[in-house]
Amino acid sequence: MSNLMNGARILLECLAREGVDCFFGYPGGVTLPFYDALYDHSIKHVLVRHEENACFAASGYARATGKVGVCCATSGPGATNLVTGLVDSLMDSIPVVAITGQVTSKLIGSDAFQEADTFGITRSCTKHNYMVKTVAELPQIIHEAFYLAASGRPGPVLVDIPKDIFQAQGHYTPVDQIHLRGYRVTTDGHTGQIRRAAQMIWEAERPIVYAGGGIIAANAEAELKDFVERADVPAVCTLMGLGGLGSGHPNFISMPGMHGSYAANMALSGCDLLIALGVRFDDRVTGRLAAFAPHARVIHVDIDPAEISKNRQADIPIVGDAKRVLQKLNRVVAELEPQMRAKSAPGRRAWWKQIREWKDQHPYDSPRSDSEIKPQHLMAEIDRLSGGEAIVATDVGQHQMWAAQLVRFNHPRLWINSGGLGAMGFGLPAAIGAQFARPDKLVFAIVGDGGFQMSIPELGTIASNGLPIKIVVMNNGYLGMVRQWQELFYNNRLSSVQLDCFPDAEKLAGAYGFRGSTVENPRELAGALEAMVREPGPYLLNVRVTPFENVYPMVPAGGAINEMVLSAPVAAAQ
Amino acid sequence: MLQVISVLLENKPGALMRVTGLLTARGYNIESLTVARTLDPDLSRMSIVVDVEERLRSQVIKQMNKLVNVLQATDLTDCPAVCREMTLLRVRAPLEKRATIIKEAEIFGARVVDSSVDGFVIEATGDSEKLDEFLDVMQSYGDIDVTRSGAIAVSLELRKLRLQPPIHLAASLAETEEEETNGVLNG
Repeated sequence: MSNLMNGARILLECLAREGVDCFFGYPGGVTLPFYDALYDHSIKHVLVRHEENACFAASGYARATGKVGVCCATSGPGATNLVTGLVDSLMDSIPVVAITGQVTSKLIGSDAFQEADTFGITRSCTKHNYMVKTVAELPQIIHEAFYLAASGRPGPVLVDIPKDIFQAQGHYTPVDQIHLRGYRVTTDGHTGQIRRAAQMIWEAERPIVYAGGGIIAANAEAELKDFVERADVPAVCTLMGLGGLGSGHPNFISMPGMHGSYAANMALSGCDLLIALGVRFDDRVTGRLAAFAPHARVIHVDIDPAEISKNRQADIPIVGDAKRVLQKLNRVVAELEPQMRAKSAPGRRAWWKQIREWKDQHPYDSPRSDSEIKPQHLMAEIDRLSGGEAIVATDVGQHQMWAAQLVRFNHPRLWINSGGLGAMGFGLPAAIGAQFARPDKLVFAIVGDGGFQMSIPELGTIASNGLPIKIVVMNNGYLGMVRQWQELFYNNRLSSVQLDCFPDAEKLAGAYGFRGSTVENPRELAGALEAMVREPGPYLLNVRVTPFENVYPMVPAGGAINEMVLSAPVAAAQ
Repeated sequence: MLQVISVLLENKPGALMRVTGLLTARGYNIESLTVARTLDPDLSRMSIVVDVEERLRSQVIKQMNKLVNVLQATDLTDCPAVCREMTLLRVRAPLEKRATIIKEAEIFGARVVDSSVDGFVIEATGDSEKLDEFLDVMQSYGDIDVTRSGAIAVSLELRKLRLQPPIHLAASLAETEEEETNGVLNG
């Protein structure tokens, strides 16, 4: 099969071949030929209101499905606006392909109108990037981009396409194979190492699984469940790993780290074997590295060899895909079970007893008040409505931490947040991507009043597409997390953190043609949330919460994770 | 102490920047860098001299190996390897001194490659310390102008290079999950 068509059309053929059903973008001068070809094509293009949000939406789409999310922007400002979204996907290992237009080849380097060195600017923001030089190489590059984005440790890949390449005629022949000589992915895991790991797991008295985004990326939830059950090991899931083991699973402790639970942090600190699965020992989890899991030997499974022993030396490094490695590991664990289980049982019983004590001693704070809505109350109500089944996209800050603590997730790919980069303005566009990916799902966008005001323009995208997203603004009138740090570490000198003049939610939503309301009475909260969920279309609920609530537990930056501040000092609370 | 990193990479636009970007992003200064294509014209060999502490160096090299354009990045610092550098220097010297200079240059195995009434151009190769000495000596004869190539290095050990075989797209598109490749890592 070969026929003559222009580069724009060839690009669409390649996208269709990759199974792209919808993508997010914003047209401009140099992408005109592409958008002209798109006019006749069946792939759905979602017109967002800002390019950054196209990339966040593509990320939300990818996070909710595991499929590659696609976004598109024009040259110059369009491309530079993608940068934050690309770095977000890079930090969280999310498969995204970004297509950018570039000025005509002959003009590159001449400071042409809307020219920017996209290839140079995005080099360190992507897993890999391309600049297309001829229409003949376009199909090869597009398929390579998708392959790179989705395989190994996933990540964003950008393809920069000059306008003349979109216009040039070429014979389109579907590409049969790609050859990336230097791109090596080890998926299976070393059999000998896996055997040693299984032995070490049975011998351990106080083992713990520390599971992260790698479990989600590898779709390894079933294997993880098998593993913790068979090997009788408790598990913590990081912010990126929530849902990797269902929140209701008896072996699930909770989230560790800076705002993790007492039990999770104590268990990590007290374990004698750390089974790290698809994690990168991020500083927000480990706190002071030297004091992290100080008595533990470490088994580290990761598909990216550069992560192993990066922050913490691994005793048993295993390079591989979490799913494949766990499948093998589960077989060996089962093989050793008859001879090992009885031996390990007494140690494990004591360990579980200890963990249950920690859990009972300090569960997450869930204060209630008759006069004002506590943020934790809000999250508990959302949790009740979700029942562990809704998609919850959040922004970044206090509300994100409270949601991570208090909302349950029965499955992977329900919890969508900007973990590594911590990009404010992520929540609303990511929810848009997730809702397009999963039209059947109830999608909450839980955002703060800060991040929401970074993404208000996307209410237009939501309204225009009739997306039934339930937007919950946890409105404390402050940039809450920054305010919390100013209170705790800067003598409560609240510098540029108060956000006044929040718009009237009913009028704001109404201006876009959908419903909205504000709730500030705790007795009306449940009803307001229920009414929102009953609404068939989009809904904006502005929830006025206690302004000065802090997220606890908290490990001060640079502290050891077992040195948590568990709650506000009594004097400060009054 | 300076270290030598040898990188085999695809001869493509941007590949050089990806490698050096890993060093500059961490604020390391590159002491020298040479790059030229190999017997396979689609590939280049790069030798980088830097000063990076050992723990971070292994991390940086792992990340270089991760780059899509890089086939193999190797730390030659503590391996048996040969390291050479070339220098071209222009010496401005009066006629009566020239015979002495040429004699001195011969001691270092250097040779004159061109000359004019103003002076001449000498080419020398050797390890970097030897070249330093040579340049010190030459400076004592008059004005010199120096261009150094930076070190190139070759390992004495044979290193296995395992490469990714071609990926068949039809199969990969039909069943992405089953088509994960199973290569082995270099470096």
